[in-house]
Order: sequence, then C-alpha cells, then structure tokens
Amino acid sequence: MAGLFDRMRGRSRGSAQEAKERLQFILFHDRIDLPPEQLEAMKREILQVISKYVSVEQERVDIALQQRQRDSLIVAEIPFSKASDAESELDSDVDEDSDKVDEDDA
Amino acid sequence: MGAKVVTVTSGKGGVGKTTATANLGVALARMNKKVVVIDADIGLRNLDVVMGLENRIVYDLVDVIEGRCKLRQAMIKHKLFPDLYLIPAAQTRDKTAVSPADMIQLADKLRPEVDFILIDSPAGIERGFRNAVAPADEVLIVTNPEVSAVRDADRIIGLLEAANRGPGRLILNRVKVDMIRKGEMLSADDVTDILAIKLIGIVPEDETVVPASNSGVPVTLNEHSRAGQAFRNIARRLNGENVPFMQLDDNGSFFQRLARLFGQ
Repeated sequence: MAGLFDRMRGRSRGSAQEAKERLQFILFHDRIDLPPEQLEAMKREILQVISKYVSVEQERVDIALQQRQRDSLIVAEIPFSKASDAESELDSDVDEDSDKVDEDDA
Repeated sequence: MGAKVVTVTSGKGGVGKTTATANLGVALARMNKKVVVIDADIGLRNLDVVMGLENRIVYDLVDVIEGRCKLRQAMIKHKLFPDLYLIPAAQTRDKTAVSPADMIQLADKLRPEVDFILIDSPAGIERGFRNAVAPADEVLIVTNPEVSAVRDADRIIGLLEAANRGPGRLILNRVKVDMIRKGEMLSADDVTDILAIKLIGIVPEDETVVPASNSGVPVTLNEHSRAGQAFRNIARRLNGENVPFMQLDDNGSFFQRLARLFGQ
C-alpha cells in the first residue's frame, strides 16, 4: 500500500539516494583528512597491535566509522579469543568448578 | 551592543550568495531595520549590480580601509530604503588589500549605527573568506542540493568550527520540489542529515529571481515570488522570530494530494 502511494507520488529510489550515500562517504574522508586506503591500513595496524598482546577472534572484529553530528569516530569492537584450557591453568580450574556447580544444580 | 554581523558564505561559487545577501538586506530593511551590506568580494564586485546601485559608487571598501574617504562617504543609500546602505567592493584591487583585522575594525565602527551588518563573502576558502568571516556574529552558509556544492559547504563548516565561528546556519537555495519528489534531487532533510547543521531557510528555484537581478530589484520585493517569500522568512528568523518553514509542495498533483489525504 505504502509502495503504491510512493509510486503515485512519483517517489522512487532515484539518484538523490545515491548522491546522499556518496556524499556521506566523501565527507567522512574529507573531515578526517584520510583517504580510504590509508584508513584501511590503519584498521589493519590497530588489529595487529592488539593481536600482539592478546589473541583476537578475527571473524568477529568490527572496526567501523561513525558520524555523530559533525564528530567523526572510529568505533572498534575487537573480541578477545576465549582462553582455551591448555593455555591457562587458572581458567581450566574455574571451568571445572563451574561444571561442578552445574551438576549440583541438576 | 549594536548591530548583529552576519556573513553569507558558501565555499563553491555560483550558489546564490550575492542574491541571498541582497535579498536579506532588502528584507530586513523592509522590516524597518537599519542595515549595511558589505561586498567583501574584492576584485569581483557584484552586490552593487544585484541591488541596482552600480551607478552610485564613488568610494569602496578599500578606500575606507586605506583612509581615502570617510566611512559615511562609501555607504551608498538604497533607492527605496533610506536605512539600507551598501559598501561596495573595490573592483581594481585584490583580496590582499584587506585583512581580517581591517574587517573587524570596520564592523566595530558600524555596530553602534545600525541593526544588521551583512557581509557578502567571496567563494573559496582563502583570504577573502577569512576577511569576510572575521567580524561575524553569525555565519550563513548558502548551498544548492548538488554534490559539489554540499561538499564545499561541508569544508566551509569545518573551517568555521576550527575557527570557533561555527557551525553557522544553512540556506538551501535553488530547491526543485518536482525533482525531489522524483527522488532525483537531495531534499532539505538529506542535506541537513549530511552536513549536520541547522537550517535557516529553503529557497525554491523560482523564475522570478533572474529577472529581478536583471532589473537590480531584489526578488524579495516581489510579493508573489516564492523565493522572495523564502528570503523574507529567513530575514525574520535572523531577527529572532520563529517562522515555520514554507510548505514547498502545496501545489502538488491530484494524486499527491490524495496520497497526503491518506496520511502517506
């Protein structure tokens, strides 16, 4: 129904939407004065630095650009890998404990 | 105290800065405000022509700044409004003849005398732009709903923010409602989304604007012109009034009105 009315009003996904998306991309890079390829390099480097100290779950990494009003932000979500039993004695102890609690409850 | 200094700028040339300055000056004068408009586009004088005052120029902005005449002598009184004055740009000099400090000094001299000082900035981000915004209490950025004009407006807004003169308010000029309806032109909402600054006015593309400039009679004096109405509204907003934005798509087709009836 809404689509029908949109068509009656002649509203379609025209070049204006394209202009808006292109401008948002262009202006982000204008504002931070950093071309897209350098931004990608920066993202890779950030990830490398963090990976040097902790193990990172690569497939869940999300480094995104954001505009809040006229502020430009880089927002990173970089989840650490869950430590495996082999890597940490302490962690495996905790795991065993929690397992026991679960059994008791059951 | 005294006058509010408003600079009209854009980044990109040809988006309607001079037309906007002339019309806002006239619209404010019609509201019985004392107004001085200053053409800061040295070397490319135009505000005088758009206002129909080109035959009255004896002294210009650079003459005042270099002390060749008194400030009063360079203030050209408008034909219709005794409280509207133009200080024209010099035509044979360049932007380096004036400094930001000169402009601040000039504005300070004028402030006690009038209600509004409007400064028409040259295009670009160089010296002329810096001169024009130096004394500003408020900056109006003129743009058109086109990618190049919006991008340049964003650059200007960034520079204004960096100089603590921002963010300013936006005049979206030459809006074609039919094209927006077809999705082929950025709407006012699109542009304010992208630039993240406040709007002070939306001026529709209007065939009465060019003839008005041709005759040197700013379009805001034409009661029937939609663009003229838009400039009158902006002038009232500059004066602190709360004026609702014009409904630009009032004369839509039958189907458009029907669609609105159904709350779409």
